[in-house]
Amino acid sequence: MVRSRALFIVSFVLAAVGGASAADAPRGASSCIGCHAARPGIEDALPSLKGRKASEVTEAMLAFRQDRKPATVMNRIAKGFSDAEIAAIADWFAEQQP
Amino acid sequence: MTVRLTRRSVLAGALASGAMASPVCAPAIAQNAPRVVVIGGGFAGAGFARALKHIANNVNVTLVETHRTFTACPFSNHVIAGLRDLSAQQFTYEKVAADGVTMAFEPAIAVDAGSRTVTLRSGTPLMYDRLVIAPGISFNWSALPGYDEAAAKIMPHAWHAGEQTELLRRQLEAMEDGGTVLMSVPDNPMRCPPGAYERASLIAWYLKAKKPRSKIIVLDAKDQFSMQRLFQNAWKALYPGQIEWVGLSNGGKINSVDPKTRSLAGDFETYKGTVVNVIPPQRAGTIAQVAGVTDRTGWCPVDPITFESKIAPNVHVLGDATLVGTMPKSAFGAFSQAQICAAAIAKLFANATPDRPKLINTCYSVAAPDYGMSVAGVYQPVGNDYLEVEGAGGNSPVDAPQATRALEAKYAHGLFNTLTGETFG
Ligand SMILES: Cc1cc2nc3c(=O)[nH]c(=O)nc-3n(C[C@H](O)[C@H](O)[C@H](O)COP(=O)(O)OP(=O)(O)OC[C@H]3O[C@@H](n4cnc5c(N)ncnc54)[C@H](O)[C@@H]3O)c2cc1C
Repeated sequence: MVRSRALFIVSFVLAAVGGASAADAPRGASSCIGCHAARPGIEDALPSLKGRKASEVTEAMLAFRQDRKPATVMNRIAKGFSDAEIAAIADWFAEQQP
Repeated sequence: MTVRLTRRSVLAGALASGAMASPVCAPAIAQNAPRVVVIGGGFAGAGFARALKHIANNVNVTLVETHRTFTACPFSNHVIAGLRDLSAQQFTYEKVAADGVTMAFEPAIAVDAGSRTVTLRSGTPLMYDRLVIAPGISFNWSALPGYDEAAAKIMPHAWHAGEQTELLRRQLEAMEDGGTVLMSVPDNPMRCPPGAYERASLIAWYLKAKKPRSKIIVLDAKDQFSMQRLFQNAWKALYPGQIEWVGLSNGGKINSVDPKTRSLAGDFETYKGTVVNVIPPQRAGTIAQVAGVTDRTGWCPVDPITFESKIAPNVHVLGDATLVGTMPKSAFGAFSQAQICAAAIAKLFANATPDRPKLINTCYSVAAPDYGMSVAGVYQPVGNDYLEVEGAGGNSPVDAPQATRALEAKYAHGLFNTLTGETFG
């Protein structure tokens, strides 16, 4: 019984949304939308990351991390992420519909 | 309907026979979508409910919230300074409901983790497979003799936004020039550690413009506070002589209050104010205490990966009510936690292993409308707790130019719009 319940749930619970499933957001990615809105039409929100080229996001994050790019807060945040984590976040946003 | 009744009677039977939550209940709900009940529709609870519906649309999510309109605390200090209307702080749950979340607008009054039932004030029981408790803070009234609901009508706390915010605003407007504003600030952990100093700044901004002979004294139960150097530099530059800060070692901790004389008694001195803002000591929202998921600290210990309570199984706690390492209690943090917890719960329902998360927090504060500053941190689970990733995070630079301060003030608005937009819009 327990097993059939699990299988049944697996079949619908993790339905992918718009390409990349939010359940599989890589480490740290779901915090980004606190400032970089995922919903459209939010006034004064920072640029959305959805659908951005992965190389752009990666480049920017690496530059922030090395203080090569002027920043207010992103330089402090980027320092908390490894190369691999940054790449995963960039890929995940790139897969989403803008 | 028949299915539901059957399920209820099975659970009721289990309850009557004294059975605690056990796999015995599981078969009864096998054929149904999992049910998640959320108590509290703030940044944590409403953010969670929407995120879970987004990830796992077929989960039944019921959000229990006392108020039909949510009044946000971030930017409520702007309301106090007359920079903004309270209506700009208010949001409804229409979009949350439109995402398929079932709304129940009444307080939850009891939780039985054994039978997995939440009881609403009307007596309606709600059964859950997983419960999320996200009630924010409550006040520890007994920790501050003299302060209670009645005293708060005279000396507002304005630490829950709404009527209290407007009351403090009106009192400042009514104060004659030359009056003294007193603020008392509790020790950490408290909701929004920099918020009290932002408030002192914005009150000073108002006094400087409208009541220049008035001053504000901040009585603090600690010797160090969030973004201290940034705030104190700003005070010197913007409001010289107008803000006095009294820390713990100088007698800033308030031991009791007297609403009749509007006075605050510290160790060395009793302070009398024209307008008095008392921010009382805090703990997790009352329903968390009722549910038995708080520990000795008054806050809720949680697993750092799933936010499941370390005390009660199948109960998760989010937002201000939790103690998540050194992460400050912020709307941003509450929202971030909600996203992580939604993904984790979806995985748990699917019998998959939740990923190890990383959480970001960013808090903006302003010392004046165009003078912003921030504290950021990246956090990750280490053992049983959350620790800050070393080398990351920290405060805005102390020597930043005015252009940066102005940009951070603008980003503060952007953050408010984004967090409220993602949660309620
Ligand atoms: C002056 C001030 C300024 C701030 N500024 C910022 C800022 O700039 N940035 C930032 O990130 N954070 C800021 N904060 C902090 C922020 O407001 C909180 O951290 C945030 O609201 C926490 O979210 P939450 O969902 O845990 O709790 P809340 O937002 O308080 O939501 C809890 C909800 O639960 C409901 N509830 C409680 N008990 C029950 C029950 N039994 N039944 C039904 N419903 C219930 C309540 O009605 C409420 O709607 C500020 C706070 C203050 C006071």
